[in-house]
Amino acid sequence: MTDPHDSAGLQGKAGHNLPPLRLHVPEPPARPGESADFTHFDIPAADAAPRPDETAQPATMRDMAYGLVRVLDENGAAVGQWNPNLPSETLLRMLRTMALTRAFDARMFRAQRQGKTSFYMKSTGEEAVSIGAALALDRDDMCFPSYRQQGILIARDWPIIDMMNQIYSNKGDRLKGRQLPIMYSARDAGFFSISGNLTTQYPQAVGWAMASAARGDTRIAATWCGEGSTAEGDFHSACTFASVYRAPVIMNIVNNQWAISSFSGFAGAEATTFAARAVGYGIAGLRVDGNDVLAVYAATRWAADRARANAGPTLIEHFTYRVEGHSTSDDPSAYRSAEESSLWPLGDPIARLKQHCIALGIWDEDRHAAMDKELAELVRDAAREAEKNGILGHGLHHPMESMFEDVFEEMPRHLKEQQQQMLDEWKAAGL
Amino acid sequence: MEGGGAVSDVMTQDAGTDVQQMNMIQAINSAMDVMMERDPTVVVMGEDVGFFGGVFRATAGLQQKYGKNRVFDTPITECGIIGVAVGMGAYGLRPVPEIQFADYIYPALDQLVSEAGRLRYRSAGEFIAPMTVRSPFGGGIFGGQTHSQSPEGIFTHCSGIKTVIPSTPYDAKGLLIAAIEDNDPTIFFEPKRIYNGPFDGEYDTPATSWAGHADAQVPTGYYRIPLGKARIARAGGALTILCYGTMVHVVEHTVAMLGLDAEIVDLRSLVPLDIETIEASVKKTGRCLIVHEATRTSGFGAELLAQVQERCFHYLEAPIERVTGFDTPYPHSLEWAYFPGPVRIREAINKIMKD
Repeated sequence: MTDPHDSAGLQGKAGHNLPPLRLHVPEPPARPGESADFTHFDIPAADAAPRPDETAQPATMRDMAYGLVRVLDENGAAVGQWNPNLPSETLLRMLRTMALTRAFDARMFRAQRQGKTSFYMKSTGEEAVSIGAALALDRDDMCFPSYRQQGILIARDWPIIDMMNQIYSNKGDRLKGRQLPIMYSARDAGFFSISGNLTTQYPQAVGWAMASAARGDTRIAATWCGEGSTAEGDFHSACTFASVYRAPVIMNIVNNQWAISSFSGFAGAEATTFAARAVGYGIAGLRVDGNDVLAVYAATRWAADRARANAGPTLIEHFTYRVEGHSTSDDPSAYRSAEESSLWPLGDPIARLKQHCIALGIWDEDRHAAMDKELAELVRDAAREAEKNGILGHGLHHPMESMFEDVFEEMPRHLKEQQQQMLDEWKAAGL
Repeated sequence: MEGGGAVSDVMTQDAGTDVQQMNMIQAINSAMDVMMERDPTVVVMGEDVGFFGGVFRATAGLQQKYGKNRVFDTPITECGIIGVAVGMGAYGLRPVPEIQFADYIYPALDQLVSEAGRLRYRSAGEFIAPMTVRSPFGGGIFGGQTHSQSPEGIFTHCSGIKTVIPSTPYDAKGLLIAAIEDNDPTIFFEPKRIYNGPFDGEYDTPATSWAGHADAQVPTGYYRIPLGKARIARAGGALTILCYGTMVHVVEHTVAMLGLDAEIVDLRSLVPLDIETIEASVKKTGRCLIVHEATRTSGFGAELLAQVQERCFHYLEAPIERVTGFDTPYPHSLEWAYFPGPVRIREAINKIMKD
């Protein structure tokens, strides 16, 4: 039998009686139109995970990389060794910050659809990952985020109007309209400039942490990347450096199951957990329910205490789900089952904390509805204010000649010449 | 010191500094030593740079003197080395990472090009990457295709990165100090063929040392040579030759053999480029030859040729010529056929001078 694809004539050669090799190309469990099925997920009880000492040797806690740190159980009760026992005011602050982030996302997504900017990325369903961590870190700890951690800026009370100005690339944009929307930089909030190139921030965070340690500082660094970009070389370089120098850094993997249209299997999820990457590097690894803000808080606090005790880095996998598309540029209904987000077995982070707060008697449905209304108005008013500074493509941008600034500290001659040439050309054209 | 003399370029120098004979390695080591002494934020990192002092000995003694928190060995990941240096720069340190050979710099390209080179711009000045990446480059040592390359044109093509290449011990120290003090990322390519002595391109004659060379008299203290200022290695009127690194010495030798009154411009810094000096020289001589060891297509010579043409077209008596490495990998056994040596330079000069 001749295989029509066997153009090289490799099959059926004399002496080759071995079975043909097969290439495994991963396929997600469900595509559009198919039923989502998460029954294969092994979700341990909320109080099942033990809590090792913060200074535990990584070799003694490898199981943590394969389990799941949880706090909130199915009834909204905070249970188990990881329960951070937060005061009511912190719980309500978490709830409000997550709700504000969601309202902000909704407003800015709509602004993009209205043509007011080029691009947006929502963090819907993943708010707990950023906000739980931000509230567990000290305000002066340095964050090296990926592009879906807007919750950190909101948790650190960075003005949302400044975020909107950046998204609109308008004359109020502190980054002078140079960056794609949501690629914030906020030094005053301990928030490193977002690159857009994936996982480049990982070795940078490790370098910052190494510098802090070398200088005898007390501040630590934290960084985030998606599960898909753990495949980047930078991730592995960073893990090696973090392990070698026992850097005071927290490395977060936001496993939201999808990298644009590629499911987590293309980053290795069929073979093992992402937290298990820590095992090979000999660093502490935790796998956490990323939709449980109390678990995220507790794990981050554990890792921060570990780092401050000079006990080394921690790699945390936050197991969550990307409810919306990757960005405004893709339609998830084209590549995944529409049922997935509603069937996600770990629920919604805001709904779960809300349930917990109501169970504690510190919150109720009416107050929640009032808060949502208030936050929607807050972001609407902020957006109107930001739009006074302009929206993308409507002229209210930084002056053209500013394009040449900040390439270097001092503008060299060749850039001055190019700047002048541009201005002369526009002038000659009568513009 | 031949025309132009390096000492006249000194901007700042400690009063009463002693001068010593140094080869280029010693001068580079001295630059880091001086800067680590002056500035506690300067840190040196890279493969084998710590206890061992570097495979070329450029960091010898620094760890013993300044401790492991400031001079340390790294894992073998160039991406990691530069990424960590970006983070250290964001913290407020002034890293001087070493990439052991320029041929190994490619895994670090994303961190250099997309991160270090754009950080100031994309953050509107909130964060900077004040690092100086030292890396031995160039051939002539039978290093084969992985220890001989000249990738400077890759970096000059990218925004936000300075590219500096010294040709003498004196310049190496003054330029390296300026690069370390500079608040922008700088690639500092060290022509390893001339670490221990100038090389005239005559590969079958005994190697010479820096001993007795005027530009090997190096102040032991602090001085800096500004980035973006070329050096007239030889003043002349017949022809302008633009070159840098090892090629400066090969060109000087070839010109001397021909007895030609050429003006040799040692660029020292490709970005920023001292176009004023280049333009003035070519307008004076009316002829221009460009010599570099890197591959030709899209090499820095193409940029030089374009700029000279744009600025000096009406002054030119002959077409501008380039002598460069060929567009092949650096061949091991055929190194001297590839290397832009005196034979090839002489042929190009004869062609230019014929018109």
